[in-house]
Amino acid sequence: MSTLKKVLETKKEGLLNIYCTAGYPQLNDLPTIVNALHDAGVDMVEIGIPYSDPIADGETIQQSNAVALKNGITIDLIFEQLKQCNKDIPKIVMTYFNPVFKYGLEHFCQQCQKVGIEGIIIPDLPLDLYESTYKKLFQTYGLNPIFLITPQTGKERLKFIDELSSTFIYAVSSSSTTGKTTGINEGSAYLSGLKDLGLQHPVLVGFNISTSEDLALVHEHAQGGIIGSAFIKCLRENASPEEACHAFVKQITNC
Amino acid sequence: MKYDVDEQGFYGDFGGAFIPEMLYPNIQELKSSYREILNDDAFKMELASLLKDYVGRPTPLYFAKRLSEHYGANIYLKREDLCHTGAHKINNTLGQVLLAQRLNKSRIIAETGAGQHGVATATACALMGLECIVYMGAKDIERQAPNVSRMKMLGAEVRPVHSGSKTLKDATNEAIRDWINNQDDTHYIIGSVVGPDPYPDLVTQLQSIISEEIKKQMDGLPTHVVACVGGGSNAIGAFYHFLEDESVELIGVEAGGLGIKTDKSAATLALGSRGVLHASMSYLMQTSDGQVIEPHSISAGLDYPGIGPLHAHLHDCKRVLYSNVTDQEALDAANRLMRLEGIIPALESAHALAYLEKMTFNPTDKIVINLSGRGDKDMSTYINAAT
Repeated sequence: MSTLKKVLETKKEGLLNIYCTAGYPQLNDLPTIVNALHDAGVDMVEIGIPYSDPIADGETIQQSNAVALKNGITIDLIFEQLKQCNKDIPKIVMTYFNPVFKYGLEHFCQQCQKVGIEGIIIPDLPLDLYESTYKKLFQTYGLNPIFLITPQTGKERLKFIDELSSTFIYAVSSSSTTGKTTGINEGSAYLSGLKDLGLQHPVLVGFNISTSEDLALVHEHAQGGIIGSAFIKCLRENASPEEACHAFVKQITNC
Repeated sequence: MKYDVDEQGFYGDFGGAFIPEMLYPNIQELKSSYREILNDDAFKMELASLLKDYVGRPTPLYFAKRLSEHYGANIYLKREDLCHTGAHKINNTLGQVLLAQRLNKSRIIAETGAGQHGVATATACALMGLECIVYMGAKDIERQAPNVSRMKMLGAEVRPVHSGSKTLKDATNEAIRDWINNQDDTHYIIGSVVGPDPYPDLVTQLQSIISEEIKKQMDGLPTHVVACVGGGSNAIGAFYHFLEDESVELIGVEAGGLGIKTDKSAATLALGSRGVLHASMSYLMQTSDGQVIEPHSISAGLDYPGIGPLHAHLHDCKRVLYSNVTDQEALDAANRLMRLEGIIPALESAHALAYLEKMTFNPTDKIVINLSGRGDKDMSTYINAAT
């Protein structure tokens, strides 16, 4: 069984998924960060493949993407770096459609399989296009698509997304770009209704989680939480990525 | 019509809606209602009346006598430069503001490069009493100061964009992000035939009045229609009603910048490859890793690394010929029009005029150049080039 599915099946609550941008803060920091997050007890990592035009991202992640590109990160280099990452921690990638399309979807999927990437988030990949054109390819290479749902996603569409999913569903805490600092409380009504959506697949909640209180609230209502911008800020403010990982996990899990 | 968008929002291989889930409800709302609204009689009457009395349509189709003598052919200028606000952009913004009212949206957002679309949006919002926010790259704010002042005077808030290359591409990203964060009350007025389905078709329909008028104003069909192309809204407007008249040669002129063999160009179809930018599949200028390359053009309105999906399709099926001219060729053509016809064109439109230098003519040829805008906003560039 894939490490991702195993974690989802064995740890039914309190999952923590941390997002980092490959190539940030320094070009070759990715293995250090992934391995440190694993050591710190994080359950899975989401690795951002930088893109010049990340329309779903707020300022913090936009900036980490821009810095990483300036550092000279490339998709091939990311795959090289992934070979140096701990094999036990489940890894998914997050990027936008264009870099994957330009790289070549099949080649991309092959490379993911080689380095143990088990899931992929492409927020601007249309569902119907995925189903008609890319589903088989993803399945061939064991790459699980992870789709976003929002408080505005209708019932029919939720069902469709649930059917297309094979690991977990990514619920965004509110319809916004990433890293808003208003906190997650305004989405609490939505969070408390997640369990009643009738989804077959587990739900992890992301967007706008920045404190241990936010994460605790998410853990009350969903199997796990995904944190991106708050962690990127911590990397930005700390000279040692390794120390940043440990300090951040300690603080966000409140232990 | 043979070249219209299909049910899935594609023109052949191009188009679609590559949007994050957060935008799905907005795009669905627009997609499910825009055709009906555009075809509604009350809407059509209201828009037609505004276009006539407020914009000054129909714009003249002017026979340029001295320019014709110069080239030895019959050259007509479609005078979009005479529209209120000085360019064709207002055809789209008035239509979309009326659409936004019918969708009960009270807040309008837009992106702008040269500022023409921003001014046209601010104008339409002032007219309708709607809140207006225009995203503009910090670099463009510096180089297009008069239009920034115009937008502010018209009551719009101009928000500088500091991300990426600080130009049109980034302003568009920021407008999309605003829409993600403000879905309920906001309508996004895209300024060109780009963006997710249904925008390319929506803007095409609103700009198609240009070719509708040319067809009525002309005695018979033209032999050629020439227009400049950045995202491609004035060009689609000028081409649309001729697309099925196969005898009419349609020519889109991209901004070659310093030349397509240099790294300072904005000629997307000459230099780009397939990919997704601003939520639609088209051609775009990008690296081998799919990162979008910042273009260069002397004209801020053509300084865009992508092109509308219908243009990509018309290029691939060879219905339209896409060429390009350099910054210098555009400047020369602008000067020629000033001296021969007493018209100061926008730098964008000067690219279309410059293509005349590359054509060979029969004396009976009837060539329509879409003069998409006037040159007031480009005075500092013209003055600098002259000294």
